[in-house]
Amino acid sequence: MDTEILARVQFAFTVSFHYIYPPLSIGLGLIMVIMEGLYLKTGDKIYETMARFWTRIFALTFGIGVATGIVMEFEFGTNWATYSRYVGDVFGSALAAEGIFAFALESGFLGVLLFGWNRVKPPVHFIATLGVWLGSMFSAVWIVVANSWQQTPAGYHIVGTGTNARAEITDFWAMVFNPSSVDRLLHVWVGAILAGAFLVLSVHGYYLLKGRYIEISQKAFKIALVVATIFSCSQLLTGHESANGVSKNQPAKLAAFEGHYDSLAKADMYLLGWVNQEKKEVYGPKIPGGLSFLLHYDFKTPVTGLNHYADNDRPKAVNAIFQFYHIMITLGMMMIGLTLLASWLWWRGKLFNYRWLLKLFVFAVFMPQIANQAGWFAAEMGRQPWVVYGLLRTSDAFSKSVGAQQILFSLIMFTLIYVLLFALFIYLLDRKIKHGPYDDSDIESRPLQHEISEVVENR
Amino acid sequence: METFLGIDYPTLWFLVVGALFSGYAILDGFDLGAGAWHLFFRKEESRRIALNAIGPVWDGNEVWLVIGGGALFAGFPILYAAMFSAMYIPFMLFLAFLIFRAVSIEFRSKEPMPWWRMLWDICYCISSAMLGFLLGVVLGNILQGIAIGPDFEYKGSWLQFINPYAVMVGLTTLSLFMVHGAIYLAMKTEGRLFIKITLLLKRAILFFVVVFVITTILTLLFIPHLSDHLLSNPLLLVIPLLAFLSIANIPRLVSKQKYRYAFFFSALTMSLLLILVAVELYPVLLLSTINPAYSITVHNSASSVKSLKIMLLFVLIGAPMVGIYTLFVYRTFRGKVKLDETSY
Repeated sequence: MDTEILARVQFAFTVSFHYIYPPLSIGLGLIMVIMEGLYLKTGDKIYETMARFWTRIFALTFGIGVATGIVMEFEFGTNWATYSRYVGDVFGSALAAEGIFAFALESGFLGVLLFGWNRVKPPVHFIATLGVWLGSMFSAVWIVVANSWQQTPAGYHIVGTGTNARAEITDFWAMVFNPSSVDRLLHVWVGAILAGAFLVLSVHGYYLLKGRYIEISQKAFKIALVVATIFSCSQLLTGHESANGVSKNQPAKLAAFEGHYDSLAKADMYLLGWVNQEKKEVYGPKIPGGLSFLLHYDFKTPVTGLNHYADNDRPKAVNAIFQFYHIMITLGMMMIGLTLLASWLWWRGKLFNYRWLLKLFVFAVFMPQIANQAGWFAAEMGRQPWVVYGLLRTSDAFSKSVGAQQILFSLIMFTLIYVLLFALFIYLLDRKIKHGPYDDSDIESRPLQHEISEVVENR
Repeated sequence: METFLGIDYPTLWFLVVGALFSGYAILDGFDLGAGAWHLFFRKEESRRIALNAIGPVWDGNEVWLVIGGGALFAGFPILYAAMFSAMYIPFMLFLAFLIFRAVSIEFRSKEPMPWWRMLWDICYCISSAMLGFLLGVVLGNILQGIAIGPDFEYKGSWLQFINPYAVMVGLTTLSLFMVHGAIYLAMKTEGRLFIKITLLLKRAILFFVVVFVITTILTLLFIPHLSDHLLSNPLLLVIPLLAFLSIANIPRLVSKQKYRYAFFFSALTMSLLLILVAVELYPVLLLSTINPAYSITVHNSASSVKSLKIMLLFVLIGAPMVGIYTLFVYRTFRGKVKLDETSY
């Protein structure tokens, strides 16, 4: 295999694995802030127990998130040297802002969040939790800004020509508020919060099914359900805004989302389907003119299609992009349906009466995760063949001095490490869930704890 | 060229990056060093105390690497691209050890079985040591220069990063981290573990002095261009002099049991050695061994003045904030380690 493909596979693999964790940190962070806030407000110990339990799971996701995140930063330099030279002046400032303003806040307060329960007063601890959560939210701001700049470059000019060409920043705020960054940031934030909320729903739903920790689980389930309902419905709006933005800024990507080739025709919207890339046709149930209606509020308005672009200026893997996009949409709709149904049952006072509903929620944890991944795959594959839209091709962006065998070596290394990491993550998550929210219920998991504390105290 | 306080912007950013990496070396240096000692402690209780001494802060320390890397990327993209792609293998190994280390810290306390804890103890100790060593190897290659072509692309082979000089710089870095880490542990522990650490610390200082002397001699003999700046401007000789005094001060303070001051001086030693590296290299960042004219310098690899100005503003706003919460965290966890149910 050639260097470009290997470098792309490696980046896609490492970034998708990484992206399992930061959304969980953002989503769980919000829920922990709510739980601790309720504890401060009501003084009810049950909320503190809840917050402490989720802190332990948060620690697990955060640790893996940091370790796999540094990989991404380094890979820009190791695998994408030409890209780094090209975008460093613009992209770099967003990355530096992320480090200084967001990541430092997050990691700084993390120590207090995890280990400070017995050392600081509850309000101070609450501030630490808030700091960690805000840090993770700001982190998303700068990373999405940097990525959005690659989708819709703004506030820059090009200096140099040929291999020496590079983008230089001319207007910082135009770069930050480039045409797609606000829409995409909201969409990413909401997707992340859903990932956290559905994990809480899943775990407490499991306890309720098993008849364990009933009181605490009912309370926690309701907190997460409020969050999940509000945000899965609002995702409809941010998603719509994003699609509108894509239609203006990256019409080729939007055309690929729906497999739309003919620029003179109205654009259909498919519920699901299969794109025949040779015949340039899509098979599947559709709403004729549906996409035209969503964009222009008229079923007949023509929409720019893929045929409008030269073959090497438009994405190739149209069917894959189509599928990822539709997976995301379908899962989004299912999350709205599920949370609205549960909220309605709650209103009728029957939320915990149906075992099938709780079972659905136990497995629903995969929905936001898959939707987040599918959404990013659609967004990043739909932007091809460009790494910086309209400016730098992916095929020109990788490191010329790194051989295919070196990338293969690191790809195999990362695959082995990440498979191991994922297995351990699942194993430990399972242990923590089975252990439950109460520390004292299972002293066996930490046999020496009390003895050791005493030994140390008595010194 | 536009200047601020009489210093041009690329040079200012060079100072910022230098300060960030110096901060990283001081902060992550002690927790990597502490990790490298891990297997020297035999008892489960000792290992837990040693691990929890760095428990609440190691993650915050690693942030400095993320910020330092980001600052290098943003300020000197050409250097970032050349250096990272040239030293592909050491950086990939660095990442692998970084992941293993983070995972070991997180996972070891999650199961009580002795084999489980032993496994993560070994993993934690080796990865901590290797991270210090690999940082030194990269530094060694920067000091020697690498095969950079006219287009700022690396032209050498992928195995050239491993050479005797780079290995010696790697060992020097590791030994200095181990001194630094042992002093930190001495501040955070008490009883028999404390006594054990003080014994190990004395050996560590000896180890450091030996490798440091060898590396210095190698530098003077085989990389003469590094002493050019010092010889042409004797005033600069005050930096190595201060570094030697600072090093000599460490065993003196250790024997007086003044560990806080000793920690300060091991931190100072790191800063002074890095300043020495900066003075010897500047304005070159990465010397080309093919032709000195191809070298990557502060000026030919820097981002635009506009971009550097924006980022300097970030640093002016951000640095005090980072300082405040770093101080808050260290204050919260000051004093000797106490284990409780939230500990690792």
